[in-house]
Amino acid sequence: MSVATATEATIGRGPVSAAKRETAYPGWFLLPAAVIYSVLFLLPTISSLYFSLTRWTLFDATFIGFDNFAQFFREPFLIKGLVNTVIYAVVTSGMKVVLGMALALLLTSRIIARGYLRSVVFFPVLVSTIGVGITFTVLMHPTNGMINEGLALLGVKGPGWLTNPNLALFSVALVDVWKGVGLATVIYIAGLVAIPRDYYEAARIDGATPWQNFWFVTLPLSRPATATVITLSFIGGLRTFDLIWAMTKGGPGFSSDTIASVIYKQYQAGFFGLSTAGNVVLFILIAILVVPLTMLLNRKRGHE
Amino acid sequence: MKNRASVISGIAAIVFSFFVFVIPFLFIILMSFKDRQQASLRDFSWPNGFHLWDNLVAVVSTRNWMMVTAFINSSLITVVSVTLLIVLAAMVGFVLARRKAKWNGTIEFLILAGLMIPPAVVPTIWLLQGLKLFGTLHGMILIQVAYNLPFSIILYRAFIATIPRELDEAAIIDGARPLDVFFRVILPLLWPVTVTNIVVQSVGIFNDFTNPLYYLPGSSNATVQLTLYNFQSQFNTSYNLLFTNILLITIPPLIVFLFFNRQIVAGMTAGAVKG
Repeated sequence: MSVATATEATIGRGPVSAAKRETAYPGWFLLPAAVIYSVLFLLPTISSLYFSLTRWTLFDATFIGFDNFAQFFREPFLIKGLVNTVIYAVVTSGMKVVLGMALALLLTSRIIARGYLRSVVFFPVLVSTIGVGITFTVLMHPTNGMINEGLALLGVKGPGWLTNPNLALFSVALVDVWKGVGLATVIYIAGLVAIPRDYYEAARIDGATPWQNFWFVTLPLSRPATATVITLSFIGGLRTFDLIWAMTKGGPGFSSDTIASVIYKQYQAGFFGLSTAGNVVLFILIAILVVPLTMLLNRKRGHE
Repeated sequence: MKNRASVISGIAAIVFSFFVFVIPFLFIILMSFKDRQQASLRDFSWPNGFHLWDNLVAVVSTRNWMMVTAFINSSLITVVSVTLLIVLAAMVGFVLARRKAKWNGTIEFLILAGLMIPPAVVPTIWLLQGLKLFGTLHGMILIQVAYNLPFSIILYRAFIATIPRELDEAAIIDGARPLDVFFRVILPLLWPVTVTNIVVQSVGIFNDFTNPLYYLPGSSNATVQLTLYNFQSQFNTSYNLLFTNILLITIPPLIVFLFFNRQIVAGMTAGAVKG
């Protein structure tokens, strides 16, 4: 209220004062967003620290100290989920960096049908993850699936992509890369296009080979794009749930469980305290892996 | 010389991309044209007849027109939450970009935290139950707003920083109130980044599976992604219907892609160049 009257009182007078400047950008503009964010995101996140230390039925919570966390690091299938989460994040973000960079180099070069190729690579990013998951579950069927039928035509006996416990997690990771590489590619394209031509000109005069061009010009100068791709896909990989749930539900056995699927399973089973502890574990895992990673990626850029 | 190399590598890329990226989509389309018997073979073959219409009717009318309810629910959640996101995030981005206040650092930290931290699901369910919002569309909309605010704010703040301050100052001198300055002067200027926001957030919210799975149980509130997921077990003998369903929910993103390709790419690559 006072904001409006203060502005009205000074209509038509002189240049804008500092006080009026402030009132033109009122703090209450932040309020609706702040309320929704605090109540529905911050409050549950903070209270999860307490509920993870309890045996919880949603109606009453019994404090049991660190028992849930102890269980998390004692039960083999829960440890498996933890290890899988890290493997999944490393594999998917690594492949997205390498393939995204390769595709971006190809798609910024003078190649025919560039528009078609960009569209085709990017479109899966926008498609429903559940739809992609179901489609590839059918395509990866060990005997009836198209992938293994195609391999059989080449005389190769395809593996049980989703039925082999040693392979299931990597098969899902592969589909994740198929769906997500388009995003990495467009990020790299944006990064590559922003590199000034002068550098390549200078390198050409110095007689650089294409490989030296890539290693000494393209790679260092596209580091911001690399940082974005790694951070985005690494966080995404650690949090991944829907693709795994649509394809394997953590199976066979617990071989492709990740923390996010464990959280859902414990929730379904009614172990709310344990499920929340899983959330806290995932939160800590992201904090201890992603914060140093972003600092590393950004610091190196500062030195150049 | 160079030309021939680019044509050869281009053809190689087209062939490769066809096998890797196009065939899965062709497979979806072909499956949705087949009858049940042929679809059960799950092979890459030409349909025996044109059964798309029958399949569509079967999918849409299953379980009391569940698919129609789901499409209405999903559209409602997407439209309302994106509208709220646009207005609220633009307001925050505006004040954040213009005013140098001591709590700016705290807000930046909270935005980054929102981008990184996975939501604590069970405490959120407990809270929603307390607020009588659990399993309701209202609750789902507010959740989508809360979870997606950080990304929208970042897009808006970066864009607002490029709009000259003189514009709002001129409006203030003319006697405009803060709400007028924001809604009449600033918000219209933000149109390009608003389109980016609309497109990127709608696709994300329409395709969201995890949050409705947790916060929107029950068949009366089903969303399209939940419906597809439930059809997976229900239709495990009728692959033609399952893939018709997939085809159906791929159409909205396809339309968005055809019309807003540029904005999507702009939004998703924001910050990649500047780091």
